[in-house]
This record gives sequence, structure tokens and C-alpha cells, in this order.
Amino acid sequence: MTALLEVSDLTVNLALDSGLREVITGTSLTIAEGEAVGLVGESGSGKSMTAKAIARLLPAGAQCTGSVTFDGTDVLALTGDELRRHRAQVAVVFQDPRAHINPVRRIDDFMTESLRSLENVSKADGVQRAVQALEDVGIDNPGKRLRQYPHELSGGMLQRVMIATAILSRPRLLLADECTTALDVTTQSEVMAILDELRRDLGLSMLFITHDLELAGAVCDRTCVMYAGQIVETRAAGVLHADPLHPYSAALVQARPNITKTAERLVAIPGRPLSAFEAPSGCRFAPRCLHSTPSCSSHEQSVVDLDGGSVRCERAAELRGNLLDGSHV
Amino acid sequence: MSESSSGRTDEPVLVVSGLRKVFGTQVAVDDLSFELLPGKSLAIVGESGSGKTTVARMIVGLEKPTAGTIIACGRDRSRPARRGAERKLRGREVQIVFQDPYSSLDPRQTGAALVDEVLRVHHGGSADSRQRRVAELAELVGLDVRQMNAMPKALSGGQRQRVAIARALATDPRVLILDESVAALDVSIQAQVLNVLADIRDQRGISYVLISHDLAVVRQLTEDALVMQRGIVVEQGRTSDILDNPQHSYTQLLRASVPGPGWKPQRLRERQS
Repeated sequence: MTALLEVSDLTVNLALDSGLREVITGTSLTIAEGEAVGLVGESGSGKSMTAKAIARLLPAGAQCTGSVTFDGTDVLALTGDELRRHRAQVAVVFQDPRAHINPVRRIDDFMTESLRSLENVSKADGVQRAVQALEDVGIDNPGKRLRQYPHELSGGMLQRVMIATAILSRPRLLLADECTTALDVTTQSEVMAILDELRRDLGLSMLFITHDLELAGAVCDRTCVMYAGQIVETRAAGVLHADPLHPYSAALVQARPNITKTAERLVAIPGRPLSAFEAPSGCRFAPRCLHSTPSCSSHEQSVVDLDGGSVRCERAAELRGNLLDGSHV
Repeated sequence: MSESSSGRTDEPVLVVSGLRKVFGTQVAVDDLSFELLPGKSLAIVGESGSGKTTVARMIVGLEKPTAGTIIACGRDRSRPARRGAERKLRGREVQIVFQDPYSSLDPRQTGAALVDEVLRVHHGGSADSRQRRVAELAELVGLDVRQMNAMPKALSGGQRQRVAIARALATDPRVLILDESVAALDVSIQAQVLNVLADIRDQRGISYVLISHDLAVVRQLTEDALVMQRGIVVEQGRTSDILDNPQHSYTQLLRASVPGPGWKPQRLRERQS
């Protein structure tokens, strides 16, 4: 498999009134054709900003260094028509569909707008394709749904409309940013199954952003764990949960209550999650880490390969296998 | 722990029977009954539209039941309070912590001032004694003096939720309703708050009604659970039994929808409306 997307040493600064704020530091990740990569982290970790940088949707004034290459094209340099075409190839589905749809326009206008402006598709053809896309995501009576307004649809239904819209432009990469977080669990299962099917049928690659390590493990090929703007571990999704390499990944696994048994006490991570701009020097997780030594904070941690994955922790090899207390394996 | 205390002959602190709520032609809650013993926790599990939050709102008195009774600490609270004193008494007995700590606090009031106000209204006492009590409550929920004296905007989501818990505990309630109170928190912070809630229950013998869609959180915090679907209780019993061996098809569906090792997402065409 060749890399469809390659993010290399990406650092992003947002321009705020108070000056530049670093939100991502030196992030590198690749997604192969047809591959699903999970990006897991807590609030402020930079996972959404990574997706926005890839889709070129960062707020005005944001400064990027490093590179984002999509199918051989330098994404950060795109402008005008080329940028519009890039955004058709890289579709995004966000967490809250109601925040990303115009409430006073009907569903058909919303779904066909980019087709008509970008590909010069006629209204009738656009509607026909929209009907097909809605059927693909399992919506009954699509003709009726197209004539409705967003407020007439439930959250789960609207999120399926967003996914249908995202695949209308026949993208090659889907960025799913917490796209099931606001949904009920049974609806989440449905939406995940739809994404899985589309991925198989269309050969779609996916960057799946979530705070839920188990969900990422279930639907992705590889998982990247992000903390304070840095990727701290990249691992085959199936093994991350039982054999994490980075102390933060292990802490996330253990902090989550277990549905099959009641813990005497949850292993909470002290302190709170940090953003890149407020992170300490040296290892950014060190102040909250149970395994940190003075050496961890004294210098930047570099990413090393370990057992088919990679990890940003100098003690990873030594700690391996001892990070979980056994109750979650 | 649960075995020994379930054998106690304590009077239940909360008895709900035949509870029903109708909005127009929609039945939001139908024939719901449960008993809650001191120091115990009950989960009300369901998805959006199941009626679980309506139950919470009726128990605190924000919504009037169409039929049925709610008896807390031996007093019927299914009808609106006639007098201010009675309303205050009800407020002391049952408190609630809402889901969103960003909208449930006054942005211009510090945590200390908020808790102090509740103490003044419900228990009176001198400024000194109230200040000591604020400090005690802050310690109980794991906040330091600086955080208690900060405006909400200077606090993180987890810290704000601790302020909301401290406020609810200030009346010294017998029952605390947790309406999705840990749902909006990051995983690492959620674990901290769940531990704090477990500690408070052990120290105070307070009872919880946890309204939640998150089955893992339900497992961690409660002994008993009831599962609601479109206003109807489809399954009720011990939390461990319901999660390990769900009987009703809807509970089985909920359980099967939770990602875990070997989980495969499933399409549920029949659920589409």
C-alpha cells in the first residue's frame, strides 16, 4: 500500500488576540489507500486541529510548518480552484451536524450545492445522486427527506445526511471528527457500520477522530494517541488496548470504567489534559505520569519504533508489559 | 459491601410508584416505580427520548407528574409545594447535578460564593461557620481554595462539575440526582469525578439516582438499574445482572452496541423511523 496522505512534522500555531498559540507540535502520520487510522485524545490534544489542517479548514491567520502531502500534492500550498478540488477529495464529517448545516435551506440544496458549483452537475442529476447517496447510508424514502429542513430530522438521521453529502463528491479520504459522539449508542453502531461499508465499497481511506479508545480499536487498522499536540503512540488498533506502549495510552485504558466489572477504585490520571501551548518542556505527559523520572522532563522525547508501532517515551521498552494492572486485559 | 447493607431494615429515602408524565398526546414516562435505600445507587438507563431526564426533573420538582407518587424522606413531593418553607425543605432533601458544567454555573459567581449562598439560604449560621463549611465541601470534592475563589471561566470542565457537586451537597441532601453528570467530561477527568462520587457516598451515606446512557459508568457507580425505552421500563434489577445477562431485546441491543474487544458495528434497519 502506498501512502495516500502523509503528514510530516506538522506544527500549527493559531493567531489569537493574545498572540500565537501552538496547538500541534511536530505531528507525523500516514494513511494508506483504503486504510482507517484512529486519532485518539482528550480535549485540547490537537486531534481536531490535525483534521482541519489536512482539510485546509484552519481558522484565518493560522500558521503551519512541516508538510501535508495528499496523493503527491502539497496541500498547504493549494489555493483557489485547486483547493476546492482538494476539499472535494478530502471530505469531513463533524461531531455536531446541526452546527454545520444551514437551518433555513432544505436538505436537497445542502447536498447538491458543491456538486453544482464544482462539477457543473445539473439540479436534476445532483438530486438523483443525492437520492442514491441517502440510500447508501440507509435512509428510507430519500425523496421525501430531500424536501425536508434540518430541524425535521433527528440527530442520527442528520448525521447520516452529512455522511451521504460527504461521499457525494466521491472523496478518497474521509475525516470523521467525533462524528458519532453526540449519537445514542445504538445509532452510533449503525453509523459506524455505514462508514465501514462505504470504506469497503468505495475503497475510502479514513482518519477517525475520537476520544473513545475502544471504538477506535474496533473500527480502525491503526490508532494514533495524541497528547498536548503530539502523537505519543502509533500502534495496530487491535493490540493497543491490551498492550499499550506509552504510559498515557495505558492510563487512558485504565481510567475508563469497565462494562464487565466494577472497579474498587478507578485509576484516575492526576491533573488535567493540557494543550500544546501550556505543556511543559521535555516529556509533556511527565507531570501526570506514574512512571516519570527526572530524565523525562530534562529533554524532548523522540519517537522510537517498538514492536511494529512507534512511541514517544524513553522508558517504553523497559516499561512494556507493566503499564496495566491486569484488570483491563 | 452491598450484601450486608441490603439486609438492613432502613426505610427507603426515595419511593417512586406508578409515575407517569404526559406531554400533550405523548406519553414521556409510563408507570415507573422504584425504591432507593440510604447509601445506595440506582441507574436510569436509556437513549434520547426514553424519558429518563423527565423522571429526574419530576423527582427534583421541576416537572409535575401526571399520575403516581414520589415520596422522599417520608414526604410526598408529587404535588407542587404550597409554602416556601416546604419548597426549601424539598430542596434540602433532594439535589441535582446537571450534565453541562458550562451552562449550569453563573459566570459571575465564584464557587465559594455559590456554595455560601446555598448554605445561607438553607442552614443560616455565622459567616465563619459557613466559611468553614465551604472549605469542608471543597475538600470533599477535591478543589483547593484558589479554585473555589475563581470565576467559572478560569476553571476546566471537571473543576466546574466539582463546583456543581459541592453546591448540590451544600444542602446536605439525602438523595443526589446525577443527570448525565460525568458524560461531558474527558476520560481522565471522568475517572476522578467518579472516584469523588464514590467517596462521598461512602462518607455521607447519601443515595444517588444516576441518569446515564453510558453502561460502563452505570456499572461502576450503581447497584441497581432500570432500562427505559420510549417512556416504558423494559427491564429492572441489579446492574450486574442486567449488564451480564440482559433479558429484554432492547437491553440486549444496548449492550451489544457498546464497542469492546471483537466488537463489530451492526446495521439496524428496523430501527429507522
